[in-house]
Amino acid sequence: MLATTTTTVAARYTGTARAFHWVLAVAIVCVFCVGLYAEGLPFSPSKLKLMNWHKWAGVSILVLSVARLLWRWAHRPPALPQRIEQAMPAWQRVAYHGVHQLMYVLFLAVPLLGWAYSSARGYPIVWFGALPLPDFVPVSASLAKTIKPWHGWAAYTLMALATLHVLAALKHQFIDRDGLIRRMF
Amino acid sequence: MTPVLPPEPHSNRLKRRGVAGLCLALCLGSGLALTGWRANAQTVSPSQATQALVPAQSEITFVARQLGVPLDGRFKRFEAQLAFDPKQVARSHIALGIDLGSVSMNPDADVELVKPEWFNAGKFPKASFQSSAIKALGAGRYEVRGQLTIKGKAQALLVPVQLSQSKGLTTATGAFALKRLDFKVGDGEWSDVSLVGNEVQVRFKLTFTGVPPL
Repeated sequence: MLATTTTTVAARYTGTARAFHWVLAVAIVCVFCVGLYAEGLPFSPSKLKLMNWHKWAGVSILVLSVARLLWRWAHRPPALPQRIEQAMPAWQRVAYHGVHQLMYVLFLAVPLLGWAYSSARGYPIVWFGALPLPDFVPVSASLAKTIKPWHGWAAYTLMALATLHVLAALKHQFIDRDGLIRRMF
Repeated sequence: MTPVLPPEPHSNRLKRRGVAGLCLALCLGSGLALTGWRANAQTVSPSQATQALVPAQSEITFVARQLGVPLDGRFKRFEAQLAFDPKQVARSHIALGIDLGSVSMNPDADVELVKPEWFNAGKFPKASFQSSAIKALGAGRYEVRGQLTIKGKAQALLVPVQLSQSKGLTTATGAFALKRLDFKVGDGEWSDVSLVGNEVQVRFKLTFTGVPPL
């Protein structure tokens, strides 16, 4: 048991990868909650403030996710310990890779859809009120109406995958008791 | 129009003429008063009373900033009364009336801007500008001094105007900045200028018929 723990600890993600993981995990959950809450508010100064914070945070998440992806390409994540991989049924191995890949797609897609929605609605994003970002879609009420549900559903999907990801990690920790979770601490 | 009346004593006829004249003067007077701004058209020669705004070739737009985000808006309906003679600039005059309910920015803002915190268009349907002095600066440039009234609050304003003429039309263009809180536009919880900037950039292009060559 002690030997297993030592090998898994040795195969941890890099410090940078762990920092990206935890900072983005907290940021994504927060930005999702803010978006969900602010969306339902009546037009008011607080709604405007929250919505702008939501956009600024979303763009920050996009930038950090791109950086994270680049870091990941340069620093391959540790492979699953052989013992754990062999214990997994084939569908779990597919799900393991599939969920991670889809999450990365959504880390980029959700903010990009939000950005596009904001632009189409006629509100160009000015990052932290200081850096004007370009609009990559034209201002169009009909386009905004089309994009809005996509931004929402992509975000819900990301949250569903994140929940699955957390449940899987907890299953490894408390049911399989294989210490896999230590790779990210 | 002259009714056939039996001959009257001379003094009576004079009296009648006096009464008719008074009536005519009153009618003309109230007519001028009714046309409002046009009363000022008397300051220049009557031929220029035909100066009229061409709404299809005119626009009044503005840019407000919301947390640094520039948002464009415009007014769809406005009117202008011009009595402008390039040879008598000092005696020329312009007045504008802007229908605040015709503001158009984006679907969210359009609903809000007519509310009491913003334009209060129900109580103050129109913003107005009345010139008090026009100065020629040369090369088609002018300086128009006047009073801008929005939401019942009046402020002195100095506007640089560029005039250009083509095919019988005269176009006045210019831009100026105003501070929305001077007019209590965006009152109460909206008076936070870190959220909606105090400064609003206004641009205009007003096209008129009937202005004599510059």
